[in-house]
Amino acid sequence: MAGTAVRGRLTWETATASAVRDETPTVRTIEFELPGWGGHRAGQHLDVRLTAEDGYTAEREYSIASAPGEPVAITVERLKDGEVSPYLTEELRAGDEIEIRGPAGGYFVWDGQDPRPLLLVAGGSGIVPFRSILRYREQTGIEIPVRLLYSARSLEDVIYRAELDQLSGGGVEVVYTLTRQQPPGWTGRSGRVNAGMLMEVAWAAGQQPVAYVCGPTAFVEAVAGGLVGLGYPAQQVKTERFGGTGES
Amino acid sequence: MSPVTRGFHGRRREAAGERGRVPPGQFVTQDFPVLSAGPTPHTPLDQWTFSIRQGGDTTMSWTWQEMRELPAEDVTVDIHCVTRWSKLDTRWQAVSIDTLLTQVEHQARYVLAFSDGGYTTNLPLADVTGGQAWLAFGFDGQPLAPEHGGPARLLVPHLYFWKSAKWVRGLELLQEDEAGFWETYGYNMYGDPWREQRYAGD
Repeated sequence: MAGTAVRGRLTWETATASAVRDETPTVRTIEFELPGWGGHRAGQHLDVRLTAEDGYTAEREYSIASAPGEPVAITVERLKDGEVSPYLTEELRAGDEIEIRGPAGGYFVWDGQDPRPLLLVAGGSGIVPFRSILRYREQTGIEIPVRLLYSARSLEDVIYRAELDQLSGGGVEVVYTLTRQQPPGWTGRSGRVNAGMLMEVAWAAGQQPVAYVCGPTAFVEAVAGGLVGLGYPAQQVKTERFGGTGES
Repeated sequence: MSPVTRGFHGRRREAAGERGRVPPGQFVTQDFPVLSAGPTPHTPLDQWTFSIRQGGDTTMSWTWQEMRELPAEDVTVDIHCVTRWSKLDTRWQAVSIDTLLTQVEHQARYVLAFSDGGYTTNLPLADVTGGQAWLAFGFDGQPLAPEHGGPARLLVPHLYFWKSAKWVRGLELLQEDEAGFWETYGYNMYGDPWREQRYAGD
């Protein structure tokens, strides 16, 4: 099994923030200098540890936003009442050091070795691991066709919009659906992802696609269930859920 | 000793009722987050069984009704997910795994729990016996919701919660430890939250 190729023990390494970039009013991408990093696969995640002066520590997991071979980056959404995400999105600046350990997770990964058409369905910051996958596909010249269906509250909340628009074409179809607010003249889709939208946007089950779904629990439940309803075998629908705790 | 993170003060400190109950690297949540690798299966109760398998054969099996007629208990425990949330004083309605295994003759040393959807996870027999593990079908007095593993899930609260297999349909009794689903993807074979055994090698 591909996932068994795991290196030895994962150890905490000191990472230096080398660049920070605001993606939306509440979302920030942070790039790190991490000399000890042994590389990662598209779709994996890492652990972050922050330490206060009195020794108190807080740890969280984040999906890796950069492609294999690129400097390690994470994209963090600030959560209300959060502890780690407000620090990372508001306080941290280039030159600051935090601790990172990873990469972890060998299931929600895409190596481009599977020739089947790829369906990516993202809700909100669930887009993050897909940036890694799409950049990896672009950089390696893999020609496997991809459809990305990305649900966001409003156009302003779309993370990586310029980059996704740029990646669109050349075998990548990007479809946005805006759930709460659409700008005047919006010609994209509106409303939550449902069975009807999936039927129109997703690859037909007969094309034997493989699907990756990432977002908040209710979103993932609806989308994964919808895909199974369209005839996707459950084993071909990989899910990653987060948020909903309001605590990260 | 971890280096101090400039400008990080932390908001959360252990509350009085949490003292000694939150393993390292965890934080307490009041919610009940959901994590799983694929779509939620929905097995009708009249098709549900819980099986004990040995050497490829099913040596014992209970229907839903048979399982529900076994003595059940109310269990209040703290649970710890490897993704770092812990939830204290969760209340379950459950049948002890001891109750199930005493009806089976075996010399097993390990078990591999198997679930609808193909999920598996491995545990030492010693960790699912002796009043440490349950087949849980109720949460907070209600039937266990599908996204939380209903109709029934394993409940092994002293290990990280991925060991508490959702949608569980049985146990395979083994002589040798055999990696389950997450264990083949780099997670720890045992998963003790107090020793922070998250990944292989921890």
